[in-house]
Amino acid sequence: MPNAALEVRTYGPQARPRVGFFTDTSLCIGCKACEVACKEWNRVPDDVAPWTGDSYDNTRALGADTWRHVAFVEQKVPVGADGAARSLMQTAAAEGLAAEAGLDTYQEGDGLRWLMASDVCKHCTDAACLDVCPTGALFRTEFGTVVVQDDVCNGCGYCVPACPFGVLDQREDDGRVWKCTLCYDRLRDDLEPACAQACPTNSIQFGELDELRARAQARVERLHAEGQEDARLYLADPDDDGIGGAGAFFLLLDEPEVYGLPPAPVATTRDLGSIWAATGAAALALGAGLAAAVLGGRRA
Amino acid sequence: MSAEGATVPRAEWDSYYGRPVLKPPVWKPEIPFYLFSGGLGGASAGLAFLADATGDEELARRAWAVAAAGVGVSPVLLISDLGKPERFFNMLRLFKVTSPMSVGSWLLLASGGATTVAAADAWTSLVPPAVGRAARTASAALGLPLATYTAALLSNTAVPVWHEARGALPFVFAASAAASAGAAAVLATPPEAAAPARRLAVGAAIATTAGVTAMERRLGELGEPYGTGAAGTLKRAALALTVGGAAAIAGLGRRRGGAAAGGALLLAGAACERWSIFRAGFQSVGDPKYTVDPQRARLGR
Repeated sequence: MPNAALEVRTYGPQARPRVGFFTDTSLCIGCKACEVACKEWNRVPDDVAPWTGDSYDNTRALGADTWRHVAFVEQKVPVGADGAARSLMQTAAAEGLAAEAGLDTYQEGDGLRWLMASDVCKHCTDAACLDVCPTGALFRTEFGTVVVQDDVCNGCGYCVPACPFGVLDQREDDGRVWKCTLCYDRLRDDLEPACAQACPTNSIQFGELDELRARAQARVERLHAEGQEDARLYLADPDDDGIGGAGAFFLLLDEPEVYGLPPAPVATTRDLGSIWAATGAAALALGAGLAAAVLGGRRA
Repeated sequence: MSAEGATVPRAEWDSYYGRPVLKPPVWKPEIPFYLFSGGLGGASAGLAFLADATGDEELARRAWAVAAAGVGVSPVLLISDLGKPERFFNMLRLFKVTSPMSVGSWLLLASGGATTVAAADAWTSLVPPAVGRAARTASAALGLPLATYTAALLSNTAVPVWHEARGALPFVFAASAAASAGAAAVLATPPEAAAPARRLAVGAAIATTAGVTAMERRLGELGEPYGTGAAGTLKRAALALTVGGAAAIAGLGRRRGGAAAGGALLLAGAACERWSIFRAGFQSVGDPKYTVDPQRARLGR
């Protein structure tokens, strides 16, 4: 990730090691302490919306007033012949107890599992939001994180559809965009971000990115060894994604889209060359078309 | 996960309660109207410059007036769309080539200045000739990219139907801008002086229709949002207005009434086309399948 190194290097001697989050969703219990701690510390306005009726998730998604979002996924998990993804009820069914107890109509070989995951801004190396911001309100900090300066943002809204994760949004009564700062103020005082400090199970782990990546690799290998075959890392490989490496990455237990995450996000500015080339060619074509119309009748 | 033994067949993929992965743009109706006014102003400047060069003075003067109006109303629309309009000067803190909005802000600023002087030169004798000539040339040179950069503005986002159409969208915008410039000139110029404008209007109407069709065909299934919902209704309205307007100009454009009706229809068609593309972006963000399907295909899943 030469870009990340470059960005932080522009700070010279003031540059600090790049930090971020490793969110291990296999440890998440869905308590939402991260959501609360984030709101409290960053004084993020409330955004109480009606109940979704879908699950215990009434926060819905990341946005201007939600910088940590705990997803709740309820799945009926098919029981494989090998007995993978075994729940208590599946075990009972496998042993024939469910049938004896008259539970077979509901169970029918199915279990229910909850997936919980605390989502956050990814603090991308190739950050589309930062690239498209026309005012420079979005900038790269000395920690390699991406932050909006609320005294510069003029609410043009370009970063909102540019983000491949749908993280940023405009605060309606305020006009500016807001997102996770990775607790920039706390980092400068050598404190960990509020969400990581509040997480009771260490599902949210804060630290230097290199160390977190190694820790994540060890964790996913251990889960595989213990039979949790569906454990996988998401955005943990700086060479194998469309954003040049994420400052916040995840261990998931299902496909990313199940959690509302894009399976293969790409920073839109990767295609900037072809976008500008087509724009220039079209401008020339417009000139040629105008000339043809104006000069076209001259011969007659 | 093995499918064997599964009693509940899994869908091809599951979304998070059907909710979008991306955020829809927060841009208000000012933006699609700006896509229209910027295109109209930029292409009109090009038309005026060329009409000047061929000695079509009557047409040139009208086209300069349209250009000044289009380029003049654009910043008003853009500033009014900002969440903090009083901070619009922050657009000029930087020049950032990675941000089409930054490039566009400078382009519009320069084009606005040049076009105002060019129009003043065409209609008054206040402008020194050398300054007038320079302003006209600059206005035309800046007008062409002004008409197409808005396609870069849209396609440089994660919005599926905009980003994946990045190769075609600038050409659709160029054609649509040319059609509106031709239509406005037909509307504003006495018919006997408007022959080049009629040719432009009819040719560009055909090019716009062909361009939109080609763009959608290249998108395949991903192009669906262009044809459904509000975007689809707007697209069909744009097609009807464009074809009707072009036919009226081709058939009846030599008469005052025909020129006025045809010009108005074609202008409305161009505005509807920009609105259709704008709304399609929101629709493609609203359903996660347009975000997830192409990405899964890229991963080979």
